[in-house]
Amino acid sequence: MYTTCTDSSGKNILVILSGCICSCKKYITMESIVDRMQDEYTGVPVRTVKSFMSKVPSVFTVEALHLAHLMASHGYFFPIDDHMLTVKNDNTYYRFQTPCFWPSRCGEPENTDYAVYLCKRTMQNKQRLELADYEAENLARLQKMFSRKWEFIFMQAEAQAKVDKKRDKLERKVLDSQERAFWDVHRPMPGCVNTTEVDIKKACRMNRHSKMTRINVLKKKLEKRRVKISKVTESYVAYYEQYAEYDAIISVPDPSNPWISDCIDFWEQEKTLNPRDIPQRRVKRWAFCIEELLRDPAGKEQFSKFLDKEFSGENLKFWLACKELKGLQLKEVHCKFLAPGAHNPVNVDSRITELVRSRMEKNPNRYLFDEAQSDSYSRYLRSDMYKEFLSGTRKKVRLLPAIAIFVYILNEFFFIRILSRFIFKNKSDTYIKMFLILSFFYGLLYFYLQDKNCNF
Amino acid sequence: MASENLRVDNQETIEALTREAEALKKKLEEEKAKLNDVDMCVATRPIEGLTQFNIKQRKVLKGHHGKVLCMNWSTDKRHIVSSSQEHAVTMPTTWVMACSYGPTGDVVACGGLDNKCTIYPLTFEEDPASKKKAVATHTSYLSCCTFTSSDKQILTGSGDSTCALWDVESGQLIQSFHGHAGDVMSIDLSPSETGNLFVSGGCDKVAMVWDMRTGECVQVFEGHESDINSVRFYPSGDAFATGSDDATCRLFDLRADREVNCYKKESIIFGCNSVDFSISDCITLYFLTGRLLFGGYNDYTVNIWDVLKGNRVTILYAHDNRVSCLGVSPDGTALCTGSWDNTLKIWA
Repeated sequence: MYTTCTDSSGKNILVILSGCICSCKKYITMESIVDRMQDEYTGVPVRTVKSFMSKVPSVFTVEALHLAHLMASHGYFFPIDDHMLTVKNDNTYYRFQTPCFWPSRCGEPENTDYAVYLCKRTMQNKQRLELADYEAENLARLQKMFSRKWEFIFMQAEAQAKVDKKRDKLERKVLDSQERAFWDVHRPMPGCVNTTEVDIKKACRMNRHSKMTRINVLKKKLEKRRVKISKVTESYVAYYEQYAEYDAIISVPDPSNPWISDCIDFWEQEKTLNPRDIPQRRVKRWAFCIEELLRDPAGKEQFSKFLDKEFSGENLKFWLACKELKGLQLKEVHCKFLAPGAHNPVNVDSRITELVRSRMEKNPNRYLFDEAQSDSYSRYLRSDMYKEFLSGTRKKVRLLPAIAIFVYILNEFFFIRILSRFIFKNKSDTYIKMFLILSFFYGLLYFYLQDKNCNF
Repeated sequence: MASENLRVDNQETIEALTREAEALKKKLEEEKAKLNDVDMCVATRPIEGLTQFNIKQRKVLKGHHGKVLCMNWSTDKRHIVSSSQEHAVTMPTTWVMACSYGPTGDVVACGGLDNKCTIYPLTFEEDPASKKKAVATHTSYLSCCTFTSSDKQILTGSGDSTCALWDVESGQLIQSFHGHAGDVMSIDLSPSETGNLFVSGGCDKVAMVWDMRTGECVQVFEGHESDINSVRFYPSGDAFATGSDDATCRLFDLRADREVNCYKKESIIFGCNSVDFSISDCITLYFLTGRLLFGGYNDYTVNIWDVLKGNRVTILYAHDNRVSCLGVSPDGTALCTGSWDNTLKIWA
């Protein structure tokens, strides 16, 4: 199919062969296969499938059969008396298509050609040429469509039929079947795949652009640092080894893959926020990189808890704000986190603050905070909090909260006693002393346990 | 007379520049050749091969009455949005060629021959069509679209050979990316969040890596002999795979700045429409090993490649017509394929 279009100057008319270009390669490959099959000496000897199978039993692998089916559906060879273009692993006979009917040679035929062909078939009173049901329907539809020029179509069909009659009988038989196969490719039987159909994206493409080489781009490319293939390969292998246990397709996950077992435990485990139910493999992943940590809602929660204890919770908030930030509230983020006297100042060093400030004045864009996204992550991974979470050894600190609660109750007890003394105007220094000591003790314990991330 | 001189001068400069460009290109090739110290397939020989594993069809999703052209997983790992040739009530055009789930799972974006990218909020209460919003407009069909890390921005690729970044709220163009010499067929965002990179592949047979901040093309990768239909980043973000009409899939590495592996077989003669790693296709979620590469082909099959060793692990006779799209679920537990035979299938 040819499409013409004019370029901007309006003078040069470009002719584009649409649809055919993109499929060129597959046609070339298939045609070379057919050529090899038909080679007089090295090609496929013509015989029945049965004798073929006994001589070369491995011929019909599943893949070979599939490939043969595809080539048949493109019309390179076809079953002698069947509209369905496929290759089956049985005793069906096949015939090669003549090259002039190959899809690469003739392009997409017109509806009028189809009408002429069907019309011609009705003229020849032969059983093998009788129209199939769907073909008869097509003919009726075409007759309606071309009602005004049906006379021409009829005349053309008559002329063609006359030429056909003059041919040798065997030749005619072969040609008839080849012609039928051609139309089976381009106007397939209902339920069959139309292989000549072009992908819509490819059909409406426009090749009007020209390529440019820019010298400065090339120079820049030359300066670029490159890594050796061996190094690159190593990194791939390392990456694979790090993640192998998480790949549900390579290694069998536990619990089982929900798509196979119809049991959604796997998803539940991945989703849970309850620290006790989080599987170890999930916690282990938090150490791979910060994205892994923040991607997991539970990881994010733990991390923000850690930061709060470090009194740097604003770091995460800032980081998340940066991620969210898409050129919208630049000033807002700056005021909130980085500007002098900010509400939630992020602790980055002064150099970066200065850098961001100067960039803010000169050329504010969405990416100016990149440098300021800080290093709390590495501190988190080194922290006891993460290690504990990973090993699940949270029992050690169970005793301490008990002591803390005990001290607290004792403390309250003394407090009440002191209060009562006050009420009854009977002062006692020992009670007040005890109260103060216990308060101090309790305070110490409280902060220690907070640090261990233990809520009580 | 003056103009004559000028023309001669011009011709000379053009020749000089062409010569310089050629010399630079040659030098570049030499530089690259120096670093090509070992073939990836050779280097990975000691690694244990993957044993034959058992991927089977688990679900068939029917409902489309036309070819399935595009699909995308939701972040909840259970929902899929797919687009098709049919004319649905809510869709503005007959051919919806691109669709994408928003990271929060509340919106989907789609577009096609209408040259627009339209966003639909997912609500069950009212007719989604009433809340639709056109965000991006191109001068040719929309071939692909993907949300960036939030619902607020969307990146589109189009047949007008450009890519563009849009603000969803206002529908404003934030950045456009010019450089392809043919239709852009596919785009993919880098999974590393600091990268701000994305890759695009098109009918000009090259894949380009872009910096979203500046709109500049950072790297260009050549090698394919025909249109690139699909690009997908390797989960680490250091490389990407392409699927092409020349019946091959290739792996290009950003650090090595070249093609590092090519996945092909003599028996595969039909073009590849869609590729994905054994990973997620959504940057906000889990991604996995990247050891396996899935390719959906025009010959109705899905070929599964070993990324490291470069050999084919297995073949799935997936559909009765071309496999137009495929995607691995965000948690890597399943593969979804969409085809011109009107169905989607889930494999695990």
